Amino acid sequence: MILEVKDLRVEFPTRHGTLVAVQGISFAIAPGEVLGVVGESGAGKSLTGMAVIGLLEPPGRIAAGEIRLDGERIDNLPQEALRRIRGRRIGAIFQDPLTSLNPLYTVGEQLVETIRTHLDNDASEARARALALLREVGIPAPEARIDHYPHQFSGGMRQRVVIALAVCAEPQLIIADEPTTALDVSIQAQIIQLLKKLARERGTAVMLITHDMGVIAETADRVAVMYAGRIAEIGPVREVVRAARHPYTAGLMGSIPKIRDATQKKHAPLVQIEGAMPRLNAIPPGCAFHPRCTKVLERCKTERPEPRAAGANLTACWLYGPGPA
Amino acid sequence: MAPALLSGAQGPPPLLALENLGRDFDVSKPWLNRVVEGAPRQLLRAVDGVSFEVRRGETLALVGESGCGKSTLARLIVGLYAPSRGRIRFDGVEISGPEAQADTIHLRRRMQMIFQDPYASLNPRWRVREIVAEPILVLGLLKDENQISGRVAELLTQVGLVPEDGEKYPHQFSGGQRQRVSIARALSGQPEFLVCDEPTSALDVSVQAQILNLMSELQARLGLTYLFISHNLAVVSHIADRIGVMYLGRLVEIADAQDLFARPRHPYTRMLLDAVPDLEMSGRRRTPVAGEVPNPLAPPAGCAFHPRCPHANKRCKTELPRLISRDGAATACHAVEENRI
Amino acid sequence: MKFQGIWNDDLAYSFRNSPVAVVAAVLTLVCVGGALLAPWLAPYNPFDAASLDLNSALAPPAWTAQGAASHLLGTDDQGRDILSTIMYGARISLGVGAAAVLFALVLGVTLGLVAGYFGGKLDSFIMRVADVQLSFPSILIALLVDGVARVVLPGDRHDEIAIPVLILAIGISGWVQYARTVRGSTLVEKNKEYVQAARVIGRHPLAIMLRHLLPNVMGPVLVIATIHIATAIITEATLSFLGVGVPPTRPSLGTLISHGNEFLISGVWWIVLFPGLALVTLVLSVNLLGDWLRDALNPKLR
Repeated sequence: MILEVKDLRVEFPTRHGTLVAVQGISFAIAPGEVLGVVGESGAGKSLTGMAVIGLLEPPGRIAAGEIRLDGERIDNLPQEALRRIRGRRIGAIFQDPLTSLNPLYTVGEQLVETIRTHLDNDASEARARALALLREVGIPAPEARIDHYPHQFSGGMRQRVVIALAVCAEPQLIIADEPTTALDVSIQAQIIQLLKKLARERGTAVMLITHDMGVIAETADRVAVMYAGRIAEIGPVREVVRAARHPYTAGLMGSIPKIRDATQKKHAPLVQIEGAMPRLNAIPPGCAFHPRCTKVLERCKTERPEPRAAGANLTACWLYGPGPA
Repeated sequence: MAPALLSGAQGPPPLLALENLGRDFDVSKPWLNRVVEGAPRQLLRAVDGVSFEVRRGETLALVGESGCGKSTLARLIVGLYAPSRGRIRFDGVEISGPEAQADTIHLRRRMQMIFQDPYASLNPRWRVREIVAEPILVLGLLKDENQISGRVAELLTQVGLVPEDGEKYPHQFSGGQRQRVSIARALSGQPEFLVCDEPTSALDVSVQAQILNLMSELQARLGLTYLFISHNLAVVSHIADRIGVMYLGRLVEIADAQDLFARPRHPYTRMLLDAVPDLEMSGRRRTPVAGEVPNPLAPPAGCAFHPRCPHANKRCKTELPRLISRDGAATACHAVEENRI
Repeated sequence: MKFQGIWNDDLAYSFRNSPVAVVAAVLTLVCVGGALLAPWLAPYNPFDAASLDLNSALAPPAWTAQGAASHLLGTDDQGRDILSTIMYGARISLGVGAAAVLFALVLGVTLGLVAGYFGGKLDSFIMRVADVQLSFPSILIALLVDGVARVVLPGDRHDEIAIPVLILAIGISGWVQYARTVRGSTLVEKNKEYVQAARVIGRHPLAIMLRHLLPNVMGPVLVIATIHIATAIITEATLSFLGVGVPPTRPSLGTLISHGNEFLISGVWWIVLFPGLALVTLVLSVNLLGDWLRDALNPKLR
């Protein structure tokens, strides 16, 4: 396993008390595997990604748990050691390609700088590597474009450059936080294909964070569904998408609009989950989802379920737990 | 001569009719720069030659990616921009164009708009009840304070909030709730026609489901007509009766929703449909999507889609295709016209 | 205008936790309180000629050898109690400062809103005037306005209208900073959807500017105004020091400093020192308060 996360807990001390943003997060990613982390706003998925990379904004901090990269712990490293790991062994792709690239340097300069920081290449080797990378991510005419500035690229092309930057030091793990959200739908499909290809060919583990189930269905091998700072369900993508166990996941899948098939005049109303995800400082006792759950049991209101096996998935739900239903 | 419009049923005039509507933006560099650099004037044709009708009670959706002009078109219709060319007719009366009436306020009041960004579409310094009451006051629909409060409470309940929410400020609500406030505000003016500019794009998927259901329900209850703009074909599939597809400022296809999904004609429509992620995980094969939307300032000659089109021929590179009706759908594509696809 | 969004827990918390802000606020309150309540608090009325006693002229402060407890900070050459003159003088300084800031604020915010909302030639014109004015030091502008007024208005009315003219002068010299900030904020807010929604509803541009835009662009203006009060008081003091500010019958702190300056050579130091200290304390504490307010209101620093 390239990445192993055990019982991760991220807290924010505020003057109103300590806010627990995520807790009990456990998952692992194998080489070449794409793990999707999906959830709505406020579920804590981006925070989990930031915690893994070590880019949590203070006062946020990792309060408990372990993060292991290729067997070694990285959550307790000093900033300097973390900085060396970032970029070399962990690559990152963020949502907005415009702010991920420095507008004052050409694309080539940024690639070369990163390559030379982490790999032992001289200037011409680095440039050759940069050109090969640009070609690999699908930038047409890379010899010409390598000396262009970020603003000279379109949104989709810029994101490809960002991906090139993320993989140029040959990392073992890539964290991609909403990499396609800011792009047009036809470009999204292209970027998704690219990510999958890179993961497969280079054996990189990918943690794909997004709110878009469609992207997950296309890209991920396994998926973790987060709700109110915890993992509600985790399993192979086919199982989670087509046969969700957790009522939240089921509700989520039902609320996603789908293209009607040719015989329907109009769709039935979308499945809607009543209410909204609770704020961090107002998480209900027991199972955080119970106020909105259509299958709620008495137990759910007081006892919090831990993830347990339910078919091929792990689900944090009393419907699948041992003991009285 | 206006291109052939989708033939609607005979009877009362369509609620909204656009004829050859166009809007240009002058994005030239400042005069001094142009003189010094010898750069030409640059005109952005955000919307060009768009014609269609919206019938009373229906939902017409406009889909397209960034730069296709759908948002500009929405603003042209409600009067936030003035058109550069063409006409707009509302309920048979011209409100914009060469023969426009001078005083079209009373007609414009029958249409309202819902915006995309739930955070920027409500004044952060106003209370919710003031926001919702504004159209009532401006349009003079009610004068008595108590009547107005009552109406505001009624509207808030209608959109799924509670009357007590009127005392709060927008920042105290979530994105989905703010959109409900926006809808309440739009409805308070008692419009017949709602232009909805990507109203759910900024919302989480489960919240989006709530808002879409709400909008369907309100339409049925109040007899509203919607122009629904989106980039997401799946969303549109749930709410639209007819769908128009836009690309780089032009309308390239318009058809009944059922028909469009069953038999997409224009290559761009097919590409859009193909790009929708496959949640059924059926493993269907998809044609790989090619290229990106070109720079609207320098659109390709002829059909703007030809660089990305697998069926482009010589004619496509030089001649702009016109919207042609056939079998109840209208498509602007030479390949379709020539029966090549 | 509603301040509810600004005056919430966070602001009060930030205030409590900033010793500088608390001290500055206390000092400001003392100065303002002393100035406003001068007629009741001051031990003497220095401008009542009948109460002056030339015998006690040039008395040094109470803690020195020749000082008397009756005049805490000593007296000037006419027997006026320094402490009282400071309190009355601060009244004038603060009054002129606050009025000038109010004038500049109203003028600047109005022009900024109009320039930002309507754009085009009106915007260009207003901004060019602002740019031209900015290339002159504000003192010069104030002197210019003052000079023009003196020429235009009848000579015997000078004393009466000197203060309004002074307020006008300082106000005109300071409107630009408000206009620029408000114009920038207006340009940003004007494109937000809530303004577009108001236009779709059919609101008149004036209503949009006053009811929708104004509450949302006023934030930075308050911070500017707080710091501007300090600058305005200094400007007034400078003008009065130069003799073109307040009339001698209503001395401000600046006049007092100027007056006291003449006696420094002969070793009489208290007439210039204490008004000077008072001016510095007032201006410094208002400045510090303004600094704190700006940082506390800055959403990015929170």
